Amino acid sequence: MAKIKLIRREKESPLARVLVPVASVLMAFAVGWIILALAGHNPVLVYQKLYNGALGSPYAISETIVKAIPLMIAGLAVSLAFRMKLWNIGAEGQIYIGALAASWIALNLGQSSGPLVILPLMMIAAFAAGASWGLIPGVLRAYWQVNETIITLMLNYVAIYWVDYLIFGPWKDPNSMGFPLTPIFSAAAQLPTWGDSRVHLGLLLAIIIAILFYLGIQYTRWGYEVRVMGQSPSAARYAGMNVTKNIMLVMLISGGIAGIAGMIEVSGITHRLQQGISPGYGYTAIIVAWLSRLNPLAIIMVAFLFGALLVGGFAVQLVGVSFSITQVLQGTVLFFLLAGEIFINYKIVLSHKEVL
Amino acid sequence: MKRTPVIEMKGISKRFPGVVANDNISFRVYPGEIHALLGENGAGKSTLMSILAGLYRPDNGIIKVKGKVVRLDSPRKALEAGIGMIYQHFRLIEKFTVAENIVLGAPHSPAKIKRELIERETEKISQNYGLTINPGARVHQLSLGEQQRVEIIKMLYRGCEVLIMDEPTTVLTPGEVKELFQILRAMSRQGKCIVLITHKLNEVMEIADYVTVLRRGRVVGEDRIENLDESRLTRMMVAREVEYSQVQRDKAPGQVILNVDRLKVRGDLGHLAVKEASFDLRQGEIMAIAGVAGNGQKELVEALAGIRPSSGSIEYQGEEIAHLKVRQRISLGINMVPEDRIGTGLVPNLSLIDNSILRNYYKEEFLSSFFIDYKKVRRYTEGIVDKYNVYFSDLKHPVNYLSGGNLQKLLLGREIEQTPRVLLASYPVRGLDVAAAEDIYGLLLKEREKGTAILLVLEDLEDIFRIADRVAVMYQGSISGILEVNKTSIEEIGSLMVGAQLTGVENG
Repeated sequence: MAKIKLIRREKESPLARVLVPVASVLMAFAVGWIILALAGHNPVLVYQKLYNGALGSPYAISETIVKAIPLMIAGLAVSLAFRMKLWNIGAEGQIYIGALAASWIALNLGQSSGPLVILPLMMIAAFAAGASWGLIPGVLRAYWQVNETIITLMLNYVAIYWVDYLIFGPWKDPNSMGFPLTPIFSAAAQLPTWGDSRVHLGLLLAIIIAILFYLGIQYTRWGYEVRVMGQSPSAARYAGMNVTKNIMLVMLISGGIAGIAGMIEVSGITHRLQQGISPGYGYTAIIVAWLSRLNPLAIIMVAFLFGALLVGGFAVQLVGVSFSITQVLQGTVLFFLLAGEIFINYKIVLSHKEVL
Repeated sequence: MKRTPVIEMKGISKRFPGVVANDNISFRVYPGEIHALLGENGAGKSTLMSILAGLYRPDNGIIKVKGKVVRLDSPRKALEAGIGMIYQHFRLIEKFTVAENIVLGAPHSPAKIKRELIERETEKISQNYGLTINPGARVHQLSLGEQQRVEIIKMLYRGCEVLIMDEPTTVLTPGEVKELFQILRAMSRQGKCIVLITHKLNEVMEIADYVTVLRRGRVVGEDRIENLDESRLTRMMVAREVEYSQVQRDKAPGQVILNVDRLKVRGDLGHLAVKEASFDLRQGEIMAIAGVAGNGQKELVEALAGIRPSSGSIEYQGEEIAHLKVRQRISLGINMVPEDRIGTGLVPNLSLIDNSILRNYYKEEFLSSFFIDYKKVRRYTEGIVDKYNVYFSDLKHPVNYLSGGNLQKLLLGREIEQTPRVLLASYPVRGLDVAAAEDIYGLLLKEREKGTAILLVLEDLEDIFRIADRVAVMYQGSISGILEVNKTSIEEIGSLMVGAQLTGVENG
């Protein structure tokens, strides 16, 4: 009697690291094929649209990158916290509060200064706002062991409602005909874009943050401390590290980076503060971070894949596939990617031996 | 006369990634037998017994109980076949009473538990085997020895015919060990079988009827105890002669370097783990701390290293250091090997390179501008692994791929490389095989020769007589006596371990 067994690999296989995700996506599309057929669509046509919409033209690729940028930055933000086993699921709120702070600068100083002054100021403001949103749960956790998961989650709503309050109230554009929007930012407060696409300077920023993250964690003294503390707080105390201080510092930086994601969205894409500036980037970023194994360079790639799924999803709606079906497709891809993870660390063995 | 074995395991193999834990093992236990399963750490004893207890399934082989082939898919199935295992860490619910723990989960216990009935049942079993216990007591009020008795009664209540005990004497005082052995003999007289997993030869010689010795997953010898002696067993276990280290106590005692006065330390739960400890430590001496685990040893050592806050006084060369932080103490030359080797002493998923600088990564010598200079660190690591004979496959691999002995050599080597004046070490040879343990003791003795003051928390009393100059016995958070090792006996230390007062003039 043959039995299928999962056996842990002695070492992680680099080949599996690449092949497994590819195979997972392919299998997801195979299952998606059935779903589409059952829903009465032509799978070939839908997949063609999906591909064309996400990657089929320079324009499509640029739109995919546009969606990937906030995922990259927010993914980097949360993975820094995750490295310390701090469960910051508040990137969504940190994005909103960062966008809010950047908008305040843009709306108040945007007319009187040039981009070299205004853009860095917006970035600093967004970082500071996001950082404070991360620091609140950080302090509670560091001194009173309050669970940061719950606090970061709850602060998401607080940030989103603050934005709502401002765009429905004091910051509302008098010429918006009642829509909840702020006035459009001045040109100086808008991030430069690449040619006539919507790809903006945020891409460069995301890559710089990824490189700094990588070097910082891998080669600096502080990065060493983060790695030790994330693995084993008791070893950190034994080494005389200040765990309390670093919990706060890491939450601060994590929140700050997510805040920058908010800034680049308002400054690079919407050019104003409005509702839904993040359609859940902060949550998707958590998945991006995990699928990348908290590796900053992998985050760039995985965020791109998720950007493609989002943009491709919009494209297939144009051929009459309902929004919910595209969501099912995205969910299937995600499901297979996550389920496939096990095959990176385990291999399948067929055993023919009689087992008692 | 040919008897049927109660347990017969034939051709058992079990592989884990990278190791063959059991390789074609055959193992038999006969009625009324006290069977010692002997072997070094990693020899495969626990794996074999976990298979018998239904926790693991073997890759190959068959198991017979009283001549019939059985499938032991789960601990419950094993219990139904009359096989029960008592692990090193007891599986009791602390808030429940003894009687409640005993019936909890037993297959035939009634849906509604009648207290009197259970207590009567418990009484019956305890009297039968001389297991004195108060059935109404709550488990957290009991000593570890008493908790072990509860575990035994639990197994007997479930109708266990074969009782497997994993290193049962580790948590016991010498007196409790004697009582345990009496209980085991009583059980054996009534036809029960006992399998003792152990690596302590003297206990095997004292209690066992039959011995099976495992080495690297194979049976390397088995015989009746009458045909064996300790040195033959050692040779079977380690396949070579072992030279035991022995401290030379002919030196005059050195200067006092550490003076601890009325130290109080709180444990993790906020209770006073060290109630009052006063002692001094001299250069070039090894002072052992003896005591049943959990009597404040861990907290005491952590307080001296600065990892745990304390009140009272710690003087280092005449200066008060109780307020100093970990790093300030390291720079004074106070180094430490923690009890929890992997997890505290070393970070499991970090490389040998990263781990070699855990306690001095912040020093100038390893930095160049913002960055840690990994070229230098690599050379430093190479120095340590060479000097202390750490076997590894790649310096960049996580340390959790190393064996216990190599982990400890890396850890102790790292601390010694920082040239300690005071070296604190908790259970430095726990879980190590004989050869690795002797390597560690050799290193410690060399440090002693250099004039380092060494404080060792040890569990094995025989080791204390080989290694230490003095011994301080801890009982319930206080030091119940400090003795010169060559003027005391195992019995005296044993009685101090259970709280007896030192009579006569204190000779510490």
